[in-house]
Amino acid sequence: MKASPYWIPALLVAVCFTLAVTLELRNGNPAGRSQSNNAFKLLFGEGQQLFANEFYVMGDVYFHSGYYPSIFDRQEGQSDVLTAARGQSDNDEDTTNVDFFGAPKDWVGRFGSHFRVNQHTHLDQGAEAQEILPWLRLAADTNPQMVETYIVAAYWLRRSVHNPKEAEAFLREGLRNNPGNYEILFALGQIYNEDYHDTVRARNVWTAALQRWQAQSDDAKKSVENRRLYDAILVELAYLEESAGNGSQAIQYFEIAKPVSLNPNDIQKLIDEARQKLTGQSPASNAPPR
Amino acid sequence: MNTIRALSGVVIKELYRRKDFYVLFVLTAVITLVAGMHRFFNDPNIVRYAKDLCMLLVWISALVIAIATAARQIPVERENRTIFPLLAKPVTRWQVVLGKFMGSWLATGVALLVFYIFFGLATGSREEISRWQVYFQAFWLQWVMLGVVVAMTLLGSVVFSAPSANVTICFIVIAGILFLGGHLNVVALRNPEPVQSIIYTIYYLIPHLEWFDLRDRLIHGWGGVGWLDCGLATLYAAAYAWLVLLLTWLVFRRKSL
Repeated sequence: MKASPYWIPALLVAVCFTLAVTLELRNGNPAGRSQSNNAFKLLFGEGQQLFANEFYVMGDVYFHSGYYPSIFDRQEGQSDVLTAARGQSDNDEDTTNVDFFGAPKDWVGRFGSHFRVNQHTHLDQGAEAQEILPWLRLAADTNPQMVETYIVAAYWLRRSVHNPKEAEAFLREGLRNNPGNYEILFALGQIYNEDYHDTVRARNVWTAALQRWQAQSDDAKKSVENRRLYDAILVELAYLEESAGNGSQAIQYFEIAKPVSLNPNDIQKLIDEARQKLTGQSPASNAPPR
Repeated sequence: MNTIRALSGVVIKELYRRKDFYVLFVLTAVITLVAGMHRFFNDPNIVRYAKDLCMLLVWISALVIAIATAARQIPVERENRTIFPLLAKPVTRWQVVLGKFMGSWLATGVALLVFYIFFGLATGSREEISRWQVYFQAFWLQWVMLGVVVAMTLLGSVVFSAPSANVTICFIVIAGILFLGGHLNVVALRNPEPVQSIIYTIYYLIPHLEWFDLRDRLIHGWGGVGWLDCGLATLYAAAYAWLVLLLTWLVFRRKSL
């Protein structure tokens, strides 16, 4: 018996429906199940991290407006887009002077360099930094445990798009996927403090970040990035207390920050200034002997 | 010249009779439009990712059209035995090769132009297009590059036994050149002799198709390249295409039909 051609689309529809229902059931998010079980994870398994890294790198490529090294060229130590978000590039010229490609080795390379983007710039020099955001969104979708994506996206949402609400929502999503992550809590506190001027919530969130940082293992505490973050949390808390008139509490935070800080002398200056404000005396007369 | 024009006319007609172009164009358009309509973080000003995706699809589609069109020209003529009346016209084998090349290249150019018009319209709907020079140069250099691709595929079609094998090998070789071609010198320097010399020889022998990729300039709003560079790249591609066509003719003229 010859089958009617109408059976073919009907069969395809049935297959599509069955597949959709199967995926939906497997991908459903009943209470208590992690958000990270998304379609990407279902399709790619652990391979999704590879895609997440690629998407994150694409964000950095866009940050450089296409001027980016390949695996054969000089690599960045840490992505510039993250460096900027962590506030570690005060002098922007330092990084834009870096030549990823180096001098051409032959006439092929020399002539080819005329065609590719050959100027190292950063999008934060213009108002186009929002262009990196789709890649960070995709990176977070593919690997919800990649904390940097939330930090970087939230930073540029605040700084370039001036949209703290979206930044807060994205960080909260990051917090749901990475419960108690102190870096995300710290970034959330910055939104409350600087954008919403809600010092009470900022203090609560930063205090939670501090507790989470202190709760981690001793080995984890030793890394430079972690120490820098700890320093930043304590300094922000100290400033918050200082502006609230709790000078002694501010000094306490500075004192805790000093031994772990990468710049203990700077912290000492802040302690001196805080003491000066507290006592109303000049720092010269109040400064401890060195 | 009339013979070459007639032969190439047939190839161009074949392009709009076949479904390849339409399928690829609709796919590109639908994917670009869906991607363009998606809003990330409720920001309507984010456009580059859609431009990037569209240009990637344009490049893939153009390569597929160029290789698929060129790969079947001579094998199909042989398979259908239409090559015999064609050569009895009289048409020389050089004219057949040149006619097939011109037809495939022009057909690819027409398809590419449609893709670029769509890209321009899609981009224009989201942002102001101020740098037309880079659009023209991106189109021109890609088309010139596709000339080399078409010539290489024609050579493959007289060397390899089946069009499918030719298409697969051409895709691998061209993708390899596009992704690795410009870095072979770095790879060579990291290897001991005689591997270093072998890789360096390959580096200088292959056509550097990666030069013709102006996507980053187009997507990230950079200006065009110098016209002199554009002209020199065109001459470079023309020289390669002619060289490969000459090789194709040399193989084809000795080949029994």
